[in-house]
Parts: sequence; C-alpha cells; structure tokens
Amino acid sequence: MSDFFSSGWSIFVATATILGLVACGVLLIIASRRQPSAADNTTGHVWDEDLRELNNPLPLWWMGLFVLTIVFAGAYLAMYPGLGSAKGTLGWTSLGEHAAEVAQTRAAMAPVYAAFTGMTPEQLAKDPKAHAIGERLFANNCAQCHGADAKGSKGFPNLTDNDWLWGGSYDTIVETNTKGREGNMPVMAPAVGSAEDVRNVAHYVLSLSGSPHNELYAQLGKPKFAVCAACHGPAGKGTQALGAPNLTDKIWLHGWGEEAIMAMVNNGKHNVMPAHGERLTPEQIRVLAAYVWSLSQSQSVTAANP
Amino acid sequence: MPSPAAPGPAGGDAVQVIRLYRSEDKIHPRAVDGFYARWRWAFVALTQIVFYGLPWLNWGERQAVLFDLGARRFYVFGLVLYPQDFVYLTALLMISAFGLFLFTAVAGRLWCGYACPQTVYTEMFMRIEHWFEGDRNARLKLEKAPWGFNKLWRKSGKQAAWIALGLWTGFTFVGYFTPIHVLGGEVLALGLGPWESFWVLFYGFATYGNAGYMREQVCKYMCPYARFQSAMFDRDTLIVSYDPARGEPRGKNALRKKGEARSAEVGDCIDCGLCVQVCPTGIDIRDGLQYECIGCAACIDVCNGVMDKMGTPQGLIRYDTENGLEQRLTRAQRWRRVLRPRVLVYSVVLLVICSALLWNIASRHSFRVDVVRDRASLARLVEDGWIENVYRLQIMNATEAPQRYRIDADGLPGLKLSQATVVEIGPAEARWVAVSLRLPPEAAQQLKPGAHPMHWHISREGDGAGEVVVEKSTFVLPR
Repeated sequence: MSDFFSSGWSIFVATATILGLVACGVLLIIASRRQPSAADNTTGHVWDEDLRELNNPLPLWWMGLFVLTIVFAGAYLAMYPGLGSAKGTLGWTSLGEHAAEVAQTRAAMAPVYAAFTGMTPEQLAKDPKAHAIGERLFANNCAQCHGADAKGSKGFPNLTDNDWLWGGSYDTIVETNTKGREGNMPVMAPAVGSAEDVRNVAHYVLSLSGSPHNELYAQLGKPKFAVCAACHGPAGKGTQALGAPNLTDKIWLHGWGEEAIMAMVNNGKHNVMPAHGERLTPEQIRVLAAYVWSLSQSQSVTAANP
Repeated sequence: MPSPAAPGPAGGDAVQVIRLYRSEDKIHPRAVDGFYARWRWAFVALTQIVFYGLPWLNWGERQAVLFDLGARRFYVFGLVLYPQDFVYLTALLMISAFGLFLFTAVAGRLWCGYACPQTVYTEMFMRIEHWFEGDRNARLKLEKAPWGFNKLWRKSGKQAAWIALGLWTGFTFVGYFTPIHVLGGEVLALGLGPWESFWVLFYGFATYGNAGYMREQVCKYMCPYARFQSAMFDRDTLIVSYDPARGEPRGKNALRKKGEARSAEVGDCIDCGLCVQVCPTGIDIRDGLQYECIGCAACIDVCNGVMDKMGTPQGLIRYDTENGLEQRLTRAQRWRRVLRPRVLVYSVVLLVICSALLWNIASRHSFRVDVVRDRASLARLVEDGWIENVYRLQIMNATEAPQRYRIDADGLPGLKLSQATVVEIGPAEARWVAVSLRLPPEAAQQLKPGAHPMHWHISREGDGAGEVVVEKSTFVLPR
C-alpha cells in the first residue's frame, strides 16, 4: 500500500530527494574553486566599508567528509525505506524491528519462565520472582481497566474479592485471560413487561441482597423475575458459565440502586474483557494468572512480598 | 596558500582560479623540554592515571565507578545514582563551564594547552612517534627517504604502538559501562558483545585518528571552544606573547656578540625559528595572538633555552597580558589586575554551584519516592461510605543493602491506608507498590468534591531509621 494518495507523490518526493543530493555534490564542485576578483588573496567581497573576506581554504579532509555524507545518504536510501515509498533493498520496517526485538527479549526471558513451568499455581503465587513478574505484567496489561490494586471501578470488575463473573479458579482465570470474555445482558424490558413491572423487578433484585427496597414492589416483581432466572438462576445466584453475575451479594459492578438496575433491564449491557492470548505468551499468562488468583486468596499469600 | 594559475577555458588568456579547499601540510613539531612542558606532562600523567586507573578500582564488592546503562544505575564510589539524579550531571557541566570561563579569563587557554584530551593524547602519540622515528629533523628525513627496512620497521612499530594505545583507550572507556574485569574476560574469550565491540573500536579509532593524524586540525576546525575563547579574553588575560619591544629588530646575527648589551639595531630575537618548529599548530607566535594558538607554551620553553644560551634574560616569549606588554606592567601590577569584576563574578558563581552541589549530595536521602495516582480510577466508594483512592508509589532504594520502608499518609482528617504497608526493597532496586488510601464518610462530607492536597511519608526502618521522605500528592473526592 502506498503512503500517498497517488503514486505520483512518491515519484515526486523521490525525485526531489535525489535532486537534492545531486545538488549538494554539484554545489561542492562549483564552490571548490572560483575566480578571484582581487589580487590580494581575498575573495574581493567588502562589507561595511573595510571588512574583507580572506581566502582561507577549508582543509581537504573536510571536503572528504562532505562527500562521505552524500555517499552515506545514497547508500542509506538504497538500503532503507526513504526514497518516496521505495522499500529499500534490506526490506527493513519498524514493525519488523519491533517483532525482532520482542522475539529477542522473549528468547532472553525463556530461561526465567522455564523455571516456572513445573510449578503449581500455589507455588507460583508464593514464588517471589514469579509474583514480581506477575505484578509487572498486571501493571502493564491489566491495571488500565482493573486499577493498580486490581480493585477495579464501575464497569471493571474487582479481582480481589471472591465474587467472580466467570469463575475464580486458576484455570478459568487463564482462560479468561487468553480468550477474553464477552458478557451480554440483553434488553429485558419487553420480556419483563410494563415500566412498572421493570421497577418492581428492580426492587425484587434489591431484596435478594438485602439492600434497601420497597417490600410491596419486590413482592410484585418476584414473578417477573422468572425471565431473569434463565441466566441469573431462580435464586439469583448467577451462572458463571454464562458470566451472569450473582445478584444476592452486595457487589454492584454497574451501579447500585433502583435506577441502575432499571437501566440494566431497559438498556441491557454488553461488557467485554479483551483477549490477551495474542499479546502475551502462554508462559506469561500462567504467571499473570497466578498473580491475579493470589489476590483473592488468603491474606498470607497476598502479603508475601518479595 | 594561493594556488597557481590554471589555464582558462577560452580565449587563451590565463584566468586565475583560487581553490577553496586545500590539503593541509603535516606539522612535525620539534620535541621540547622545559618548565611548562613538564607541567603538561604532569597533567598528562594525572588525567590518564585517573582515566586508565579508575575502572580497576573496587568499592566493596563492585567497581568503584560504573555506569550501568542497562540497569540504569550509576555507581560513583559510595553513591548509587538513578536516572533521576541527572541533575548532578548538569551541575558538573556547569562547574566545568564556569571553571573554563574562570581559567580562561585569568590565563587564556590553559585547558587547551595542558589538560584537554586532544592535547593530552596528541602529546602521548607524539612521544611514541618520537621513540620510533626520532625528533623533527629525523622525521622529516624519514618522510623523504625511500621505503626500506629502516623506514618500514619504524613506521610499522609506531603504527602498532598507536593502535595498541588506541584500543586500550577504547577498552578503558567501555570499562566504565561494563565492569572492566568482565570486559577483560570477554576480550580474552573473544566474546565481546556487538555494542561493546563497536565502542571499543570506535573510541579506539577516534583516539588513534585524532591524536595520530588530525591533531591541530581538531583544534582549528572542529573545536567550538577554540572559536569562542575570544569572548572570555580581555586585555588583562595572560596569553602566550612575544615581546616585540625586546625582540625586534630580529635577526641581524652578524651584529651581535654573546653577552653584549643590545644596541637599538638588534633585538633579543635571533630569528632561530625554534618557536615555529616546536609549535603544534604550526604558527609563528611572533605574529601576535592567533586563534590557532592553544596556549601550550612550547615556544616559551624553547625560547627560554635559546635566551640562556645567548646570555640574554629569559621571557622574550612569556605569559603576559596585552596591557602588560603595552604598559610594561610589573608582575605585582599584573597580579593586582587579576582581581577584576569578570574574574570575581566567575569565581563567585563557581563557588555557589560547587557548594550547592556538595550540600545537595551531603543532604541526599538514601532512597527516592515517586507517587503516581492510579490511572484507571480517580476515586471509588467502598464499604460504609468510605472513599478510596489508589496510588502507585515507586520506591527507589539508593543503598546497596535491602531496606524496609514504612508507608504513611496524612493531610486530611481520618485519612488512613487501607492496610498498613511496610515494603522490603532489594539493594539498588526500584519497585512500584500499589497502595490505597481511605477517607471516612464524615470527613468526606465536610470536604468539597475534587482534589485535596495531602502528603505521603515514607520512612526507612531498621538501621538508619528516622529518615523520612515526604511527597506531595492529592486525594480525590468524587462528585
């Protein structure tokens, strides 16, 4: 693909570049000798009445350096991309260099990760080195959404409590990390019924966790919850296989209270955890998952600072 | 040097052409000994013992001076410096600059003449040249001689010694960045990394090329300092000067007899030309101050020798000031003029920067802290209406032992850490620690939404306890 709208621009830029280089050479040749306009070894230029320019020749090695820069420019343009949209004979790209550097770093890190291969998640979580690497991986890849302390914020789950949308076992965390997750709460208002029904079901949901609610509304909403139970379960305990949250605890990922719940029922929610299988190697994901897993385990594990 | 006329293209009339580039003549300075030459050698010895010797010096378990670019730690004897300490480099450069200004204002290009690497290495390379090829006259003869065994071994011997010295210099230079014992092992095992090889060879080549071949060309055409020195000179600056009142009229050697008082027709200068022969930049000091003059005082040394032989007093060429020459100032009068505003201002500035640097290093903490607010969430509501903010603290241990640090915060009523935090950080290690702060609901209600200034207190535990670093940050209350 050309970087330009029309290949004519590429030709124009390349021509201008080559002409510029040639002009440098020509200028050097023209400027290397001149006819004196005065016999006293000056160039004949006089400024401000008496300032004259003495012919004080530059050393030849300086001219050599100048020629060298022109030769360098020619060789560089032939080998590297630079002349319009020409690729250069080396086929160098910044993407290729990045990929090569990543591969090099991974090769250098391979022995470090090799030491972790035989370890169980518990051992990984307790290993100070693995813990430190996991912490850094988390800071670079996860903290943007889940926060530096992994406690998340609205819309981004807290990873340190024991409330898991998709399951908190080590293997599930690995899977979540590798393949990503896509949580989908459909627009349920048509299935629930009228606006009043939606309000009633919201109060029923609030009642499940013992949050402040209107008892009458909740009673009225209870039968309407049947449509919700398909995913959240008859008792509202959620279904981790579907990523349907538990509604009976006091953890409100997308907001708490009547309004927030009604908004969910009316508008639905589509929340995505991106897949990291492409960005991170399986070895990195193992170490990272062990770190994340350790955050929700007992204090003795999390407090094990290296 | 004007070039000869070139034939014109048309008409048959010879059209004059001047060339604006020319091949520089090689300068073969004559070796010189004397008071100033010995001072120069003293500075060669001093600077090079430090340069070549320092990487071999150990401080505890490690190299005393090591700039570990990969780990971004810079060890200078007992100091462990982080990239954040680069301000010290600024201070060092300012001290160098003002030092240069001061010395130059007082006595001209002292730096150029005695301590500049270009001068120092040229001096060393010329000494090697002298060993193999002899002094000026012998070298000039060797240059003209046809190639034969004598010329071959002298030239190749010189080249071998030059290359060896150049490579050793390159090796030493890289030894400041890679531990020199490790580097030595790598060289012996032929296992030098690509960048190490490049820098050893490049720095070695630069030394060889600059000190062996470029020499005065560097001073004349490359060095910016050579050109802006004139801004620091004034009429009371000591410069290497020829005293024309004493020396002229020069020559007329038929008229002079040893030890006799000079009449007006003969000056002290016998026009022997030695001052030109010893000059490393190939100028004639008798033409007065020139930008090429690096102030090496070789002409003073050699002329003093001639004056001794002639039985005339030394100092026909000497360190003197323009005013001194014109007004025939005595030494005491010249000394008094040293204390002029320019010199005093440079001295005071130099003193201030030096003391600021020393004070700063002396009162330096053994660790640094950077506070970064969490980039994901400003604030969050947690159980019972408490407000929580998350921070990442980078704690940088600038000692070479593991340390424990206690993290505390204050500045808002009831502010506390979500959990008490003491972190242990390895030697010369920097770690990011995620910490969260909580504010009770009653305090939160009394404050306006927005950012409120607060402070972190990070204190070192164990030995050296009581050392506290205070960092400013903010606590955000949501709307």
